[in-house]
Amino acid sequence: MKPITLTINGETIRATVPPRLHLADFLRDQCGLTGTHLGCEHGVCGACTIRLDGAIVRSCLVLAVQADDTIIETIEGVTDSGEARALQAAFAARNALQCGYCTPGMVITALDFLATAPDPCDRSAIRAHLSGNYCRCTGYEAIIDAIAMVGGQ
Amino acid sequence: MSFTDPDRPSRQIGRALPRSASRRLAQGRGRFASDITLPRMVHAAFVRSPHAHAELGAIALDAARAMPGIVGVFDAAAIDPWCTPWVGTLTHLAGLKSAPQYPLARGRVRFHGEPVAMVLATSRAEAEDAAEQITVDYQPLPPVVDALAALAPDAVPIHPELGDNLAFERRIEAGDIAAAMAMADEIITLDFDFARHTGVTLEPRAVVADWNEGEQRLTVHAGTQVPHMLQDIYALHFGLAAHQVRVLAPDVGGSFGIKIHIYPDEMAAIAASRALRRPVRFVADRLESFIGDIHARGHQVRAQIGVTRAGDITFFDVDDLTGIGPYSAYPRTSAVEANQVINLIGGPYAVANYRARARVVFQTKAMMSQYRAVGHPIATTVTEALVDAAARRIGVDPVTLRRRNLIADDAYPCQSASGMRFEALSHHGCLEKLHAMMGYDALRAEQAALRARGVRRGIGIASFIEITNPGAAFYGVGGAHISAQEGATIRLDAAGHVVLQAGVTEQGQGTETILAQIAAEALGLAPEQVLVRLGDTDSTPYGGGTWASRGAGVGGEAAWQAAHALRGQLLTLAASLLQADPSRLDLRNGQITDDDGTARMALADLARIAHFRPDTLPPGIVPELAATRHHVPRDYPFAFTNGVQGSLVEIDTETGFITLLRHWVVEDCGTIINPLLVDEQIRGGVVQGLGAALFEACRYDAEGQMTNATMADYLVPMAAEMPDIEIGHVCTPTAETALGAKGAGEAGTAAAAAAVLNAVNDALAPDAALLTALPLTPARVLAALGVIG
Repeated sequence: MKPITLTINGETIRATVPPRLHLADFLRDQCGLTGTHLGCEHGVCGACTIRLDGAIVRSCLVLAVQADDTIIETIEGVTDSGEARALQAAFAARNALQCGYCTPGMVITALDFLATAPDPCDRSAIRAHLSGNYCRCTGYEAIIDAIAMVGGQ
Repeated sequence: MSFTDPDRPSRQIGRALPRSASRRLAQGRGRFASDITLPRMVHAAFVRSPHAHAELGAIALDAARAMPGIVGVFDAAAIDPWCTPWVGTLTHLAGLKSAPQYPLARGRVRFHGEPVAMVLATSRAEAEDAAEQITVDYQPLPPVVDALAALAPDAVPIHPELGDNLAFERRIEAGDIAAAMAMADEIITLDFDFARHTGVTLEPRAVVADWNEGEQRLTVHAGTQVPHMLQDIYALHFGLAAHQVRVLAPDVGGSFGIKIHIYPDEMAAIAASRALRRPVRFVADRLESFIGDIHARGHQVRAQIGVTRAGDITFFDVDDLTGIGPYSAYPRTSAVEANQVINLIGGPYAVANYRARARVVFQTKAMMSQYRAVGHPIATTVTEALVDAAARRIGVDPVTLRRRNLIADDAYPCQSASGMRFEALSHHGCLEKLHAMMGYDALRAEQAALRARGVRRGIGIASFIEITNPGAAFYGVGGAHISAQEGATIRLDAAGHVVLQAGVTEQGQGTETILAQIAAEALGLAPEQVLVRLGDTDSTPYGGGTWASRGAGVGGEAAWQAAHALRGQLLTLAASLLQADPSRLDLRNGQITDDDGTARMALADLARIAHFRPDTLPPGIVPELAATRHHVPRDYPFAFTNGVQGSLVEIDTETGFITLLRHWVVEDCGTIINPLLVDEQIRGGVVQGLGAALFEACRYDAEGQMTNATMADYLVPMAAEMPDIEIGHVCTPTAETALGAKGAGEAGTAAAAAAVLNAVNDALAPDAALLTALPLTPARVLAALGVIG
């Protein structure tokens, strides 16, 4: 067991974790942040995408001990801060989610795209940026539309 | 009642409203079964067979019991007293045989991944640690992997007591095949190979079972489409009365038919809750999903079409073979897909001569059963590839051949050669609309111009029929306790809003939203004033759940009828207060109005009086503030829908890569309750079909090991390679219901692969290359072109 201290959605969290515990399990099981979802646990599906020190990462590929002394932002954090408000409204308006399991990871990834893209309405660039996030329900088009809508605002 | 008048008062049906659950889910506030944590809950992990086929010897559990955090360790002998076995047969699938299946393997293992032992621990990690300490003595038996080889006279019988590996066989013969063959100027034979694939729900299967010894009740939170079906089965196999079992379906992270079956690992975990008298969570990890979830498709089909030089299709003749793993799935069986394939082949066409055989065989691979659009993609691909091949052979455009042979839009009601009864379809209306949307003639001109420059573009068309709104014909007639009817209960609250509870369920389709729209229209409310509650066997009316595209057509009709009944009750009550004729009153915008829309009193005031001041009502008036109604289709076994898809592809003949440039769908699901949701159902369905067309395959080696059971190795469609999809509608409501709604959930998946296959073969026609195996991998394209051997 190893003590860690990190900032999660603006709160300082101190915890003691087994070295093998990955960050997604830590967030879900020990912090109650169940908006971070697990789809594959090997970094392919993107459902567990969060921000670590400002960069989007797969929380299933980060050990909790590696997150010591980092700043973590999850879907709950970007919701409470209002950062994701426009995107979440666009996802709802465009029906860019069905089961909703991939959606938190999609939203975090889309925020990253909107913050960094030279042309936030470029559909093929949006598609490329989302290529690490699986959605099995929508066929992606509505998600692309929702992100482009916000990109154009 | 016509739902087509856009100016009618209280219009909600037909509006493109966003889903009520979307904001919550987008904020990460979903509550999935895999999120549920209960006091004293323990976690299940399984030891699974590494062999496709083996005799089970000694299972050594003691080392696991000594591991930290362990509260229970089970093998078959330990779990069997808690759960009786099940057999996946139904009587309407005549001759279907299968063997008893147990939560944990007894005596033999019959597929790679079959659960052999189970460990319960205070964390999943500890359970997995302990599972690694269990040793199992396996004596390998010959694997039976290939479906055709499983039928060989010397094949090892997977269940010796069943005699052979043929689980089910059905034949159809209609019309006069010999005469039709003689009449045909051309007969084309194609051999198709369809890979197995699987649902890959992003949330894996998950159950949290909670046996309460004090209450003597079992509560199961299950990611499922079918709470009442599970309640019945859990009661039966765990030796309980149905009312001792409560099944809750919280948010479900994708299902597509995967979470509609009985799985041995889930049954074991639920049994363990009873044995340990504490809550048990089992969440499959991704490897367990790939090797433990139901697989789908996996067909080899030899098929023939006959056509005259004038362009008349004279017959279809098909022989379908599918392998289903070692057991027929419970309780829906694994024979439905093949049965559906031969029911649907040729269905869009006015062709009376039809011969078909379907064979369903046991093999030592993961189990195969119903997944989205059961049988439809196979039937549509076979039919439509044959039709295109016939068009090429006689030198006519594929649209022309379809115009000549599709059942005429004024020919209904009628039935197909296989006996499917059609109430009213619109193949020609859909085809002409698609033709216009695609700009078909311009696309053909562009294709020819590009071909001259060496660019290989192809255009594919695929007409289809879709089974929706099933009545009892699907399962009930065969003895399955799967409700064909749906119930809805609606009640007025004291503030003048309503609560609607229904037996249909939500997995993201938008069931809650469409039911709210339906009730809102009937009651003159806003949809947000209708609170919809689903997925709880303790509180919702009994129903079959959401599958086979029955949510809107069957569940929606029950909601409409219930809301209408409540409307009548409320108007009667209002009339007694207003001294009016109830037939001259209406409900609009939360008001009781005269039939010209003049407001007489607020519905909120009526609710207040009914609840809090009934003493002021006229003598003898008893407010009835709730209504329940049920609906089941009776006129037709299924409400068939139809449509057509178009695909434009470009092929790189050096790499074999196929680029999907555009995709079109025109479909007819009758009354559209919410066009936003219908269109996104179709787009999502198309992309699942495109996955089957280009990427998806459960790959097995000769030993029966699944070799690509990870998300990195099993390819599903991703954002970058999917096209935008243009959708159009033709609207032919079913006359069987007041709503007129039919289903739309299978439409996209039904024909997407067929359209792409036809487009690819159209592109490669100048090279005399023809593909008939899915997925259409680059290697297969290059092999068809003769670039590689």
